[in-house]
Amino acid sequence: MTISDIKNILDCMVLCGEDRLGTDINTADGADMMSDVLAFASEHGVLLTGLVNSQVVRTAEMMDITCIIFVRGKTPDQSIIDLAGNCGIVIMKTREKMFSACGKLYEAGMRSGASGT
Amino acid sequence: MSAIELKYAIPGDDFTRAGEASSSIKMRLKQMGFDPCFIRRVAIAVYEGEINMVIHANGGEIVVNISPASTDITLTDDGPGIPDVELAMKAGFSTAPENVRNLGFGAGMGLPNMKKYTDEMDIQSEVGVGTTVRMKVYANAT
Ligand SMILES: Nc1ncnc2c1ncn2[C@@H]1O[C@H](COP(=O)(O)OP(=O)(O)OP(=O)(O)O)[C@@H](O)[C@H]1O
Ligand SMILES: [Mg+2]
Repeated sequence: MTISDIKNILDCMVLCGEDRLGTDINTADGADMMSDVLAFASEHGVLLTGLVNSQVVRTAEMMDITCIIFVRGKTPDQSIIDLAGNCGIVIMKTREKMFSACGKLYEAGMRSGASGT
Repeated sequence: MSAIELKYAIPGDDFTRAGEASSSIKMRLKQMGFDPCFIRRVAIAVYEGEINMVIHANGGEIVVNISPASTDITLTDDGPGIPDVELAMKAGFSTAPENVRNLGFGAGMGLPNMKKYTDEMDIQSEVGVGTTVRMKVYANAT
């Protein structure tokens, strides 16, 4: 599915990368610990997180993650949005909680990537 | 392409800026046209090391030597050192305090992850003196 599909499913607000909503996404990971993301997330996927700081963007950058979604309506600072803009990462936020956000994407056919790749 | 060396001083007191060196290294490797999988492995290993220097050792220095065949990464700090390196390498071992966990780190996954993504890794550490982590990633390794 595309980032645009995900946006509709989770009723997201796009904070950065509006021009890249057509990008295809095949995998998703949900985590508040960036340690876990660095150990298990797969590339070119979407990361759902309740953690809001600059290292979420840095982690996504290193992992080649395409899109970050902040759950529970959390809003990052402009500096975090700018950082993602420079890295070419799409940022969205949703009012959904982590569990329901992951559940809705799973229901729509989204899966985790092969872990540890 | 001839070999090039990149050097970065990592400030120990600025968590927000942590990762700038790793980001710059990643960008240079991209500009040099390396394979994305190789770049990703180097970037993850360097970033884990950079974060460790910031949260455990009050900063340090990163030196990266890039040649067509491989990239060598050396992370040096004069932090508290690691008393038991073998134990520190175990997945899940962490001395990170609560405030670090609230920032999204401190699961004890960093060092094992660095080993996983690199072809060679060596840690020299002395308590009260500091830590040096050396890693090597081959460009053509799969
Ligand atoms: N540069 C360092 N100086 C001093 N101690 C270190 C250093 N790097 C790692 N350590 C010690 O080794 C432990 C394990 O490191 P590791 O990177 O695996 O986990 P972590 O940093 O605690 O958590 P995570 O990497 O998952 O965020 C650390 O908790 C710390 O005690
Ligand atoms: Mg670590």
